[in-house]
Amino acid sequence: MTSNFSPAALLILGALLVPFFRGKAKSYYVILLPAAAFFLVFQLEPGTSLQTHFFGFDLTFLRVDKLSKAFGYIFTLNAFAAFIYAFYLKDNTQHMAALFYIGSSLGVVFAGDLVSLYFFWEVMAVASTFLILARKTDKAQAAGMRYIMFHVFGGLCLLAGIALYISETGSITFNAMADGNWGTYLILIGFLVNAAAPPFSAWLPDAYPEATVTGGVILSAYTTKTAVYTLVRGFPGWEILIWIGCIMTIYGIIYALLENDARRILAYSIINQVGFMLTGVGIGTMMSLNGTVAHAFCHIIYKALLWMSAGSVLYMTGKSKCTDLGGLHKTMPWTLIFGAVGAAAISAFPATSGFTSKSLIIDGAIHEHMAWVWLVLEIASAGVFLHAGIKFPYFVFFAKDKGLRPGETNKSMRLAMAFMSFLCIFLGVFPRPLYNILPFSVFYNAYSFVHVFSQLQLLMFSALVFFLFLPLLKRTETISIDTDWFYRKGGRLAYQIMDVGLNGINRYSDRIFVKGFAGFLARFAKDGIARLALLPFVTYWYLKGTRFKRLEIKKASLYYNLARGVIPAGIGAGMAALFLVIIFLLS
Amino acid sequence: MTEKKEFDFFDRPKNIRKLWILLYVLCALTLIPDFFTHREMHFGVDGIFGFYGLLGFISCVALILFSKLVGIVLKVKENYYDK
Repeated sequence: MTSNFSPAALLILGALLVPFFRGKAKSYYVILLPAAAFFLVFQLEPGTSLQTHFFGFDLTFLRVDKLSKAFGYIFTLNAFAAFIYAFYLKDNTQHMAALFYIGSSLGVVFAGDLVSLYFFWEVMAVASTFLILARKTDKAQAAGMRYIMFHVFGGLCLLAGIALYISETGSITFNAMADGNWGTYLILIGFLVNAAAPPFSAWLPDAYPEATVTGGVILSAYTTKTAVYTLVRGFPGWEILIWIGCIMTIYGIIYALLENDARRILAYSIINQVGFMLTGVGIGTMMSLNGTVAHAFCHIIYKALLWMSAGSVLYMTGKSKCTDLGGLHKTMPWTLIFGAVGAAAISAFPATSGFTSKSLIIDGAIHEHMAWVWLVLEIASAGVFLHAGIKFPYFVFFAKDKGLRPGETNKSMRLAMAFMSFLCIFLGVFPRPLYNILPFSVFYNAYSFVHVFSQLQLLMFSALVFFLFLPLLKRTETISIDTDWFYRKGGRLAYQIMDVGLNGINRYSDRIFVKGFAGFLARFAKDGIARLALLPFVTYWYLKGTRFKRLEIKKASLYYNLARGVIPAGIGAGMAALFLVIIFLLS
Repeated sequence: MTEKKEFDFFDRPKNIRKLWILLYVLCALTLIPDFFTHREMHFGVDGIFGFYGLLGFISCVALILFSKLVGIVLKVKENYYDK
C-alpha cells in the first residue's frame, strides 16, 4: 500500500497536537511522529504529486526521486534519535518548534518548485530560532535575535533571486540552474547563507552553541543539510562551489582549533564538514554528487552523536568550556565511548561511516584530476582528526582532571547515543544500504588494502602531531572574532566612527570658524587697521632706502601710534584713511 | 561497604609513557605496508614512501602553527562583545 501523504505535513500537523499529551505520553508521541514519517518516506513512489494551484503558480509539494528520498530518510531518522535523546524534556515549545523545523526541512527537500521551497525555508528559520531562545539565557536571546536577522537577510536574497528567476524563465520548477545571472546568483547566495559558507557563516557558531542541550543536537542537522540538498539539486557542477567548499574545510578547522567551548568546536566542525559536501557539489560528477549525499547522510548521524555527547556533558555539569572540563572519563565512560565513536566517524577512520562516505568525494576529485582540490581535502581530513577527532574528546574527557564527578547521563540519552554509534559503525562496515539509496548507481569499494592503510597513516601521524604539540594547543578562556564582528561590533564601531568623525568635524569647524575666524575678526578689529596701514608705509620707506634698525624703529612707532589710537580714528575712519593712503601711494 | 576505587589509569605517569610508546608503534606500523605495496600514483607525489604519514604530519603542524598565528589577532576575551 502506498500513500502520497507528505512527510512534512505529518510532522507539522503532528506538532499541533503536542500540547495535548502529558508526561511520558508526550515523549513517546514525539518519538513516534518521525518514525512514522520515516516509513512514509520509505513507501513514497518516484514522481510528483500533491500539486495545487496558488496565485497563478502550480505548486508541487511532493517531488519524489532518489535524491529527495535520501534526505528524507536521514532527516526523519535523525529526528527519531534526537527525540529519544530528548525523552526527559517536557517542554511544549521546544518540541513543537523542533517538529515545525524538521517538518519544514522535509518540506524543502520534497518541494518541486521554488515558491513552496521558499515558504518552508522561512518556516525553518523561524521555528529553529525558538530552539535557541528556549535556553532562556541573555546570551541565547541575543544570539537568537542575530540568528533570525541573518536568516531574514538570507531569505530576502533567496526571494529576490526566485522573483528574478521566475520573471526570466517563466518557470517555478526547481531544477538544476543552467546559467549565471542575477536571479541564480541571488538564489545561490540565499542557499549559501544556510550552508554557512564564509563570509555568511558566523551565524552558526554564534547561535548553535547557545541553543538548549537538545536544540543543539537538532539544529546541527537540518539547516546546513537542507542547504546542501538545494545545492545538489540546483547547482551541481558550479565550479565556484569547489573553491567555497575548500575554503570552508580549512576555515572550519582553524577556528575549531582556536575555540575553547566544546559546542563551538563542534559548530565550526559543521562548517568544515559542509565544506567537503560543497566541494563534491562543485565537482559535479555522479561520483562526487553521490559522495556529497552519502557524506551528508553520515555526517548528520555522527555530528548529532557528537552534539549529543557534548550535550550530555553540558546537561550533567552545566559546563561546555574545555577550560572548565577534563577528566570526565572517570564518571561518564559511556558518554566518552559514544562520543569517541562519533569522533572516529567524523575523522573517517576505517570501519566508520565517515570513511565510506568522504572517500567518495575525495575519489571524485582524483577522478577529475583536480590535484589542488584533492590536496586540500586530504589536508582537511588530517585536520578534522586534529580538531574534532582528538581535541574534543581529549579536552572534555581527559586532559587535566578538574575534579568534576557528575555521573553518567540518563538512560534515554545513552540509548540515543548507542543507536547513533551503531549506525556510524554499521554504515562504515556495510555501506551497501547507504550506497543503494544514493541518486546514482555506485560501483565503489572504499576498503582496498592500500586505501585503508593510507588513511590510517594519515590519521596516526595527525594524532602524533596533536600530542607532540599539546603545549601549543592549551586552551585559553577566549573566543575568536569571526565575521559576526561586523554586525556585533561593527554596528557599534560605525557609531563610534560617526561619533568621532562627525563630532571631530564639528570640533574642527568650531576651532576654524567659531574660535578661529571670529578670533581673527576680533584681532582684526583690534589692530587690523594698524597692521594694514603699516603695509603701504613700510613699502614706501623701503623704497626710499630706509633699512634695518631704522626701519624697525619707524615701524614700531607707527604701529604703536595707530594701535593706541594716537592717530584718532575709528575703524570706519581708519579704513577711509587707509584707502586714501593707498590711492595716494599708487597715483 | 567499601567505596569503589576510582578509575585512575590515565593519572599514572607510567601509563602515559606506555601510551606514548603505543602511539609511536602504531605510527610505525602504518608505514610497514608501504614497503611491499605499490600505491597507484595520481599526482606524481602520492606514491612515495610514507606519503600520507608525511602529509598528515606536515598539514597538522602547519594548521596548528597557522591557527596560532591568526589567533594572535582573532582571539579575544570572552566578554569582548559585552563591553
